[in-house]
Amino acid sequence: MSDLTRTVTVDRERLVAYAAASGDQNPIHQDADVARRVGLPDVIAHGMWTMGAALEVVTDYVGGDPARILSCQTRFTGMVVVPEGETVEVLVTGVVKKVDEAAGTQTVELSATCAGEKVLGRCQAVVRLPGTQA
Amino acid sequence: MPVNPDYAGRAYPPAGPFEVTREQLAAFADAVGAGSPAHRDPEAARAMGHADVVAPPTFAVRLAQECEAQLVEDPGAGIDFSRVVHGQEGFVHHRPITAGDRLTGTLHVDTMREAGGHGMVSTRVELVDAEGAAVTTVTSTIVVRGEG
Repeated sequence: MSDLTRTVTVDRERLVAYAAASGDQNPIHQDADVARRVGLPDVIAHGMWTMGAALEVVTDYVGGDPARILSCQTRFTGMVVVPEGETVEVLVTGVVKKVDEAAGTQTVELSATCAGEKVLGRCQAVVRLPGTQA
Repeated sequence: MPVNPDYAGRAYPPAGPFEVTREQLAAFADAVGAGSPAHRDPEAARAMGHADVVAPPTFAVRLAQECEAQLVEDPGAGIDFSRVVHGQEGFVHHRPITAGDRLTGTLHVDTMREAGGHGMVSTRVELVDAEGAAVTTVTSTIVVRGEG
């Protein structure tokens, strides 16, 4: 069991790595000129990067076995703007919203904020805790 | 250009197969900062009861996106990718994805309509293994911002 609070960081280099690993090569996540041309303030992180990074607190919570995360979902409610040369912080906090003892599952709700703005909404994961069977 | 509402309910032929490798899983874990040894160390994964290293919980987006490309790149769908904003994403894991999996994905268009001047598109990708057993269901909603 671990604390469900963490600050994760992102910079341009990490977005390039995420683009390669995920296959999402949309240039708004790498090229400031393209991002500004479509009306964005600067390069923004992939929403899916933020979701993936936030869920790491849940993997820790279930003891490091990713298979204990049965489902997860989120809405994307804000942007993580990543200026050149900066390291941007995203604050992730989680709470256990529901315990289903019959099913052996818990629902963890995550919140993620960047520069005071909520970037993930209704972000939830249903997990099976260690010591419980399917 | 509005999205084409006639595409709602459409399903595409299965895409893939996608070979899942240890290298892909480790690279994805590194990029999202997923620290569990289960993503990288086959022995650690086996100690948890898995056949091989296990995917991070959102890894399936990589495969789903390849399936979704069939719709996004379909000129008849009317999706201007430069105006797309990601609205929602969800994963239901019927079983964990591990290295060595050979998965195929079937794309379903669940919603496709104009609302308030924007296009709303909800898709679902059903990923199955080489035996046809359900592995992951990936749901995604995108908004195609209207002009003006």
